[in-house]
Amino acid sequence: MTPALETRALCKSFGALTVAERIDFVLPPGARHALIGPNGAGKTTFINMLTGRLKPSSGRILLGGEDVTALAPDARVKRGLGRTFQINTLFRELSVLDNVALGVAERRGVAGRLWRPASAYREVREESLELLASLGLAGDAALRTADLPYGKQRLVEIAIALGLRPKVLLLDEPAAGVPSVESERIFEVLDRLPREIAILIIEHDMDLVFRFARRITVLVQGEVLCEGTPAEIAADRRVHEVYLGERHGHA
Amino acid sequence: MAAASAIGYASSARLRPIELLPWALALAVFFFAPTYQPLAAYVLIIILFALSLDLIVGYGGIVTLGHSAYFGLGAYVAGVFAVRVTGDPLIGLAVAAAGAGLFGLVTGAVILRTHGLALLMLTLAITSIVLEVANKWTTVTGGADGLHSVPIQPILGYFRFDMFGRTAFVYCLIVVALCWWLVRTIVYSPFGVSLAGTRENDVRMAAVGAPVYRRRLLAYTISCTLAGIAGALLTQTTQFVGLSVLGFELSGELLVMLVLGGVRRIYGAFVGPVVFLVAKDYLAKQFPEYWYLGIGILLIVIVMFARGGILGILDGVLDRLRRGRR
Amino acid sequence: MDAFLASLVSIGFHGLAYGMILYVISVGLSVTMGLMGFVNLAHGVFAMAGGYLMYSLMTRLGLPWLPALALACLLVAAGSMALERLLYARLYAAGELPQVLFTIGLIFVAVAVARIAYGPLPLAAPLPDFLSGQVELGSRSFPTYRVGVIVAAGIIIAALWFGLERTRWGAMVRAAVDNRAMAQSVGIDTGRLFTTTFALGSGLAALGGALGADLIAMTPTYPFEQLVYFLIVVAIGGLGTLRGPFLGALLIGIGDTACKYWVPQFGAFFIYAATMALLLWRPQGLLGRAQ
Repeated sequence: MTPALETRALCKSFGALTVAERIDFVLPPGARHALIGPNGAGKTTFINMLTGRLKPSSGRILLGGEDVTALAPDARVKRGLGRTFQINTLFRELSVLDNVALGVAERRGVAGRLWRPASAYREVREESLELLASLGLAGDAALRTADLPYGKQRLVEIAIALGLRPKVLLLDEPAAGVPSVESERIFEVLDRLPREIAILIIEHDMDLVFRFARRITVLVQGEVLCEGTPAEIAADRRVHEVYLGERHGHA
Repeated sequence: MAAASAIGYASSARLRPIELLPWALALAVFFFAPTYQPLAAYVLIIILFALSLDLIVGYGGIVTLGHSAYFGLGAYVAGVFAVRVTGDPLIGLAVAAAGAGLFGLVTGAVILRTHGLALLMLTLAITSIVLEVANKWTTVTGGADGLHSVPIQPILGYFRFDMFGRTAFVYCLIVVALCWWLVRTIVYSPFGVSLAGTRENDVRMAAVGAPVYRRRLLAYTISCTLAGIAGALLTQTTQFVGLSVLGFELSGELLVMLVLGGVRRIYGAFVGPVVFLVAKDYLAKQFPEYWYLGIGILLIVIVMFARGGILGILDGVLDRLRRGRR
Repeated sequence: MDAFLASLVSIGFHGLAYGMILYVISVGLSVTMGLMGFVNLAHGVFAMAGGYLMYSLMTRLGLPWLPALALACLLVAAGSMALERLLYARLYAAGELPQVLFTIGLIFVAVAVARIAYGPLPLAAPLPDFLSGQVELGSRSFPTYRVGVIVAAGIIIAALWFGLERTRWGAMVRAAVDNRAMAQSVGIDTGRLFTTTFALGSGLAALGGALGADLIAMTPTYPFEQLVYFLIVVAIGGLGTLRGPFLGALLIGIGDTACKYWVPQFGAFFIYAATMALLLWRPQGLLGRAQ
């Protein structure tokens, strides 16, 4: 079966500093995969290369079997790659509805239309409202996004990505910065994500990782240390060494 | 006169009665105050110029100091075209619009790859280049003297530009009204919402699959075309074009007018120039130096305390009245 | 051939003088823009203030040349500190448009004040005896004043580079330019650092404006007319560095002089075109850091 997402010998250096060393990575369709590692391991760099924000020094990236290494970010999105950002990257002054609608409209190919008013595109609005409702945000649709509490903004972040109907979803620390009273909400949402989407989640919160992931990759100093099921990773001595002295738990 | 975030997939784009106020006022001038037609025509031209700037600065979020380049180019193309080819105003208008639009497309394609200081710098360089060319290419542009008595023929062969400025006024009114409708349509369209998205967070826009560069370039090109149309109207209605249609100072003044009215409100581009030009017409004649001083202080005050301009203040007052009533 | 060589020497000399003055004025702009990310279009106002103040100090108060120059720079530096604390500092987080608008407003105010106080014609402080006339260098003679300008600017620039490389203040500036958040978290008071750096930059601009009144005419519209050049110097040199604008200023100084001499009918066209070409190839400038 063709992997939903694959990298082959992906490398990235900034001058003498190597932040990614021959990363071979396979994400099958419907995966629930976590990427963990200490700070500075290169996790966000890896995500940025996958999405196209950062150009790799060498290696290839394949999305659904297609080589997308040279493609711009928006082209990869059109081929089914969605992401959320570690720090909320939202359209703060726009309404929650518009935040999601922008992505939905892009996917439907109507976002560049000039002649009819946006409100005439009822399908876009309705689909966006449905999506918000599924995340429990229906009541907030008309609110200014910047006015929402941080935890809800994190959910909007996920909603925008889901509006793209991605085949591959990259979640960069979805629970980061969220107070524990609100993070249970996010965990629920992640649990209920559609089965068909291949999901890669970067997280520091080990509870979330072990609850959510079926496979885990450990990244240390730009290289893959090991990969396996949660049980295998938890038992692996090297992983314990790497995290020795590091407190894991709630982010 | 709603705030920015009211334009989106859930907001009605239906024309509200108050939006017809400017046109009602214009018609009032036509019927009841015909001696003001030349001034009103000029105000309409500047309103169009300000609308074009709002599209790119207010809605696109791209700060430029070089918009006078496209206004001036439109003005000069219309003038030179009338002198050298034909004085037909509609053809001249089309040619000037195409020229400004093409120049906008080419320069935009190049400068929109940058941002921040480099972008601002490039916009200044562009307007400086156009000014230099107009200044030095005296055989075509008339240099520092400009082109006088530009021959403009009657519109559609029938409506002669009379000395009361009536034809000129109606001409400007129709053209500016059409352009206003275009800008309004764009702003409320999905394109307009996506433009707002690129303004708010272009990283996020790229991450939802939007071709950010292409959208911005289209907005920029449209904006430059509109500026060129405004410039052409000026040349055609005054039969003159000179260096005053170019330069950084003009761009700066336009920005002041737009900010005075309120950016990103469509009608800020109406209110700002009207207030500014009326005030200038009165005050600048009385106290020319203090006028400049006043404008500078006003701008600083607006930036510090009233960033939404006049319409922003009005909105705030209306808001407080509404809350007080409850 | 002889005439060509002579014109080369002439262009080189006058271009160098012009470039040095441009640098002294623009270096403050480069550092403050790199330090605070604030687009200060009104930088030319401080240069103009220096020139006009020196003129007033000499003609109205009868001060001799050197004290008038020094006092003018100190007054401008002090005034700029007040401006920075009262007005500029409130806009650091405001975004590009408010900053641009504010500085344009400042330019309008300054231009109006200058026109009211000094009239529309170019003014220049009278030269002291030891700086007027010509000086022999080799087989040619050059205006003493311009030689003086080159020498003085050279000394100022050397002192500035030394100060930035060797002093603690310089180290803090370099750290804050590199990474402001990090600098704050190691305890550097970036607010006060910026005020002092801003004052230094404005004082230098005043110095350049006053010294360079011979090369860049002192008129009320100075901040509008010269803005493009200062920004070009900073943009092509690279923000936040000292050496970048030096390279930029020399290129512009000599390039502009050469163009005005050899192809005057094109005016500044080539300078603008060359700037555009360079910024498109390297938006961060020649010596700036890629974003």
